[in-house]
Amino acid sequence: MLSVLRTIWMVLLHSFRKRDTVLYPEVKPYLPPRYRGRIVLTRDPDGAERCVACNLCSVACPVDCISVIKGEDETGRWYPDTFQINFSRCIYCGFCEEACPTYAIQLTPDFEMGEFDRQKMVYEKSDLTISGVGKRPGYNYYRVAGMAVGGKDKGEAVSESEPVDIKTLLP
Amino acid sequence: MMIGVSDSTFFSALWQGAETIIILLAVVIASALLIWLERRLLGLWQDRYGPNRVGPFGLLQVVADMIKIFFKEDWIPPFADKAVFIIAPAVIMLTTLLTFAVVPFTETIDVVNLNIGLLFVLAMSSLGVYAVILGGWSSDNKYAMLGGLRTAAQMISYEVFMGLALLGVVMLAGSFNLHTIVESQAGLWNVLTQFPSFVIFLIAGCAEIHRAPFDLPEAEQELTAGFHTEYSGMKFGMFFVGEYAGIVLISSLITVLFFGGWLGPVLPGIVWFLIKTMFFIIFFVLLRAATFRPRYDQLMSFGWKVLLPIALANIALTAAAVVATS
Ligand code: SF4
Ligand code: SF4
Repeated sequence: MLSVLRTIWMVLLHSFRKRDTVLYPEVKPYLPPRYRGRIVLTRDPDGAERCVACNLCSVACPVDCISVIKGEDETGRWYPDTFQINFSRCIYCGFCEEACPTYAIQLTPDFEMGEFDRQKMVYEKSDLTISGVGKRPGYNYYRVAGMAVGGKDKGEAVSESEPVDIKTLLP
Repeated sequence: MMIGVSDSTFFSALWQGAETIIILLAVVIASALLIWLERRLLGLWQDRYGPNRVGPFGLLQVVADMIKIFFKEDWIPPFADKAVFIIAPAVIMLTTLLTFAVVPFTETIDVVNLNIGLLFVLAMSSLGVYAVILGGWSSDNKYAMLGGLRTAAQMISYEVFMGLALLGVVMLAGSFNLHTIVESQAGLWNVLTQFPSFVIFLIAGCAEIHRAPFDLPEAEQELTAGFHTEYSGMKFGMFFVGEYAGIVLISSLITVLFFGGWLGPVLPGIVWFLIKTMFFIIFFVLLRAATFRPRYDQLMSFGWKVLLPIALANIALTAAAVVATS
């Protein structure tokens, strides 16, 4: 019985506590830089698109909300013809970001994407692409990868050795 | 002269009617606003805000909720007992509002000055139980049924000592008339002389209006919503507002029976009445924020083994005191 009275008194004392609620639209909560929100497609330091339309993100996505159609330019470099993310299905798990070999797709600390029309939740490539490098400054996939694309042959990447001639035994 | 007499009776009847309607509206509006007050206070005690968006301090939240609930589909389950299902929510409003008829807000503001006022209150509160039992039974839903059963169990455990607790007050005042009871407290409030019966009435009142900690009939966690599981739309709204009208009722009854009703220095009577009633309304909300719900067998054994003996002892002592002093 006494413990009940004590509880009542202690609850009453909560009248003078600070409230925990963050009054959201007026007070914006702090979101850490690695918060998983709206997805963007970044560019490499040279300003070119990073995405190579490998579809790894699309495969990794547990809700299948990324749709990529591959394109190819005259030098043989792949790029996405279309890149759509259906944000009404996205669960912001970040698997796409982990799967991406080029750091093209990244999640950002922004969640204010509400829409009245569900169709508007499908973001096209032009909606997704940003002009900067996002969370990965200084990374350029083609400068470190052993892929031959226009203007760069095998063995010419950063800290890459000349390709080995596999048809000879000489060192 | 004949005309004069009939004129004055006509006007007094008109005034009586207007007064009744004003009290009715005030009670219903106050109960609706209580929904807002309760949510804000619960928020305060749980370190959050509660509704604070619609209108100043979120006051218009009630209006928004009302509009919403009026436009909800008013669904009657095909397996329900239709007539009873419809009557049940009306009963709870009816009995609660009828009880307000005998509550003296001040010396002059009341609907009727009934000489068996307190008996009327007890009768109506017993009838109010029907709303819950019938609502639960007619829904033909096991959660609702269990809720109704619990109400019955709860009722037989608190109605007895609720009546017995009030006997002490009646003995001191020598009357069932609520006006006389208030006036008898001019020197000393009943809460001082009748403290045990005040505590018992507080507990019983809480059980009467199915408020936490005695909200066994609705018990969201175990019975989804208990007796009103199947209710939707305005029928649910009636149960809801009925519950809050019940809080106002029990608070004003506590004020009248134990805290000297409208009596108080300086301020006009109605202000005193409202202050005291408000205090208990807030106390009921605090109870809800702070207490847990007992099992209904615990409630029954607490009622019969603890509160009933206390109530009886209180009656005996009061009777002895009354005899000794007269
Ligand atoms: S965050 Fe998860 S759900 Fe959203 S697009 Fe990436 S992989 Fe799919
Ligand atoms: S965003 Fe990354 S993983 Fe997805 S297709 Fe482009 S390069 Fe591949």
